[in-house]
Amino acid sequence: MDQKIAFLQERARAIRRHIITMLGEAGSGHPGGSLSAADIVSVLFFDTMKLDPENPHWPGRDRFVLSKGHAAPVLYAALAEKGYFPQEELLTLRKLGSRLQGHPDMKKLPGVEMSTGSLGQGLSAALGMALGLRLDGGEGAQRVYALLGDGEVQEGQIWEAAMAAGHFKVDNLTAILDYNNLQIDGPVDVVMNVAPLADKWRAFNWHVIEIDGHDIGQILKAIEEAQATKGKPTIIIARTIKGKGVSFMENQVGWHGNAPKPEQVEQALKELA
Amino acid sequence: MTKKIATRDAYGQELVRLGADNKDVVVLDADLSKSTKTHDFMKNYPDRFFNMGIAESNMMATAAGLAAVGKIPFASTFAVFATGRAFEQIRNSICYPRLNVKIAATHAGVTVGEDGGSHQSVEDIAIMRALPGMTVFVPADAVETAAAIRAAAEIKGPVYIRLGRSGVPVLHGEDFKFIPGEAVTLREGTDVALIATGIMVAVALEAAETLAAEGISALVLDVHTIKPLDIFAVVEAARKCGAVVTAEEHSIIGGLGSAVAETLSEHHPVPMQRIGVRDTFGESGKPEELLQHFGLTATHIAEAARKVIAKKK
Ligand SMILES: Cc1ncc(C[n+]2csc(CCOP(=O)(O)OP(=O)(O)O)c2C)c(N)n1
Ligand SMILES: [Mg+2]
Repeated sequence: MDQKIAFLQERARAIRRHIITMLGEAGSGHPGGSLSAADIVSVLFFDTMKLDPENPHWPGRDRFVLSKGHAAPVLYAALAEKGYFPQEELLTLRKLGSRLQGHPDMKKLPGVEMSTGSLGQGLSAALGMALGLRLDGGEGAQRVYALLGDGEVQEGQIWEAAMAAGHFKVDNLTAILDYNNLQIDGPVDVVMNVAPLADKWRAFNWHVIEIDGHDIGQILKAIEEAQATKGKPTIIIARTIKGKGVSFMENQVGWHGNAPKPEQVEQALKELA
Repeated sequence: MTKKIATRDAYGQELVRLGADNKDVVVLDADLSKSTKTHDFMKNYPDRFFNMGIAESNMMATAAGLAAVGKIPFASTFAVFATGRAFEQIRNSICYPRLNVKIAATHAGVTVGEDGGSHQSVEDIAIMRALPGMTVFVPADAVETAAAIRAAAEIKGPVYIRLGRSGVPVLHGEDFKFIPGEAVTLREGTDVALIATGIMVAVALEAAETLAAEGISALVLDVHTIKPLDIFAVVEAARKCGAVVTAEEHSIIGGLGSAVAETLSEHHPVPMQRIGVRDTFGESGKPEELLQHFGLTATHIAEAARKVIAKKK
């Protein structure tokens, strides 16, 4: 177990380094919400999900939907680390002709399961995937994981999807909420308070697990519990720090959507070495 | 009198047949299955039917997810809610990723009748036509509807199918061949081309009869596919007749009339008039009264035809 945790921590660190490097090269993009989700994404891609990077459209694979699509760098970093494409390609992020669009584009990049970027829609798509996979696979159906932002859940459509997933008892669907308490205009509880989150999801007939979203052991345990939960979808509400891993970015609203300058890239990479 | 069938009824019946032939077909509705006629599919294939409740945005993006795992979802609700409430879901979750979702929207146009303007979509063709990669079908009768549903299931990518609430005459025989993107010349003519879509095709045929009695030879082109538009057929009709009238149960802004005007202004400008709802919302009334009220009758088409003929050089 300790070995597994160490391995996943190292993968998360590698993902964070990629995030910084590609955003520095791109000159624009969203570091804060990418960094806050790195540990969750590391567990999903390097432990939880059944995937075949050699055969990205393998029908038996699990699905990941990055509903908070602006965190595209964390997804691209994981896909590159996993071997879906050469790591050098990360440096094409946001450039003309790149498969690495500013927000994930499933038509361009194998491994991206849903095009996202307009907040509030990914959970519905994940629900549709889970329903469709269950139709064919029944009990042993592939699983679908959707990563949501805490600001994102202000969108009404999230709650339409939450209601429907609870109603249809879609237990092959797991949502993970990146609860970093920051959005663009400030702290989530100041802009538009979303708390109490656990009570809300429970009221929509979801199984709710609350964890520290940077504790690999807790993430692993929560995923296991989600997989074992029958008759209900599960949401993992993961307390996180926006910008996690780069001291000057942590908890800073200004790092939501600004790329680091070369000297900042250098310092960040030193911290993530 | 010819037999009348609402295109929504033809949709519901064809959907059941399609469901038998293709197990990948799934259907979503938003608490309107009795009106959109998807409830027959629900009765036959309950496992493949999802009532999403009154939540159209979620319905469209859920359909996208179903398509992403290989299903062929048909999502139905009224045209106002499909293209209005869920526009951005259709744009970003369906069209942008080119997912294989079929949107079968019923109760389009003013022939919704008594429910009034809040429920009468006069702008849905304009909205759907503007989306890259979207195919737009507007069937004229029950036969075209059944064929359009079959064709939609074959097409790989998003399709919008515009259906009506009220009964319309059956124009085509069993041998009718529906080819997506190919307009159908229902009547040859040389003086004026009446280019129509949806329920206005039958009305245009009636107008052609009226004009024939006056010695005016009207061509009638049935444009069941608004997008991709049959540019060749439209230009040919304009070339042959030298004057065009378009007719649609939709705003004159952004629909068939606009599509034809765009095409002809680039390729073969001729005198032209658009019959349609003139930049206003609908209102309550009986469908027949509303068609009269909004100028969507054979009399109005014939009058427009005389005007454009008079403008010919
Ligand atoms: C529908 C929609 N509205 C607005 C935006 C612009 N936007 C991008 S990110 C963001 C804030 C997201 O905050 P949160 O969900 O908390 O994400 P995180 O903190 O994880 O980055 C906003 C408003 C958008 N992408 N989509
Ligand atoms: Mg946040």
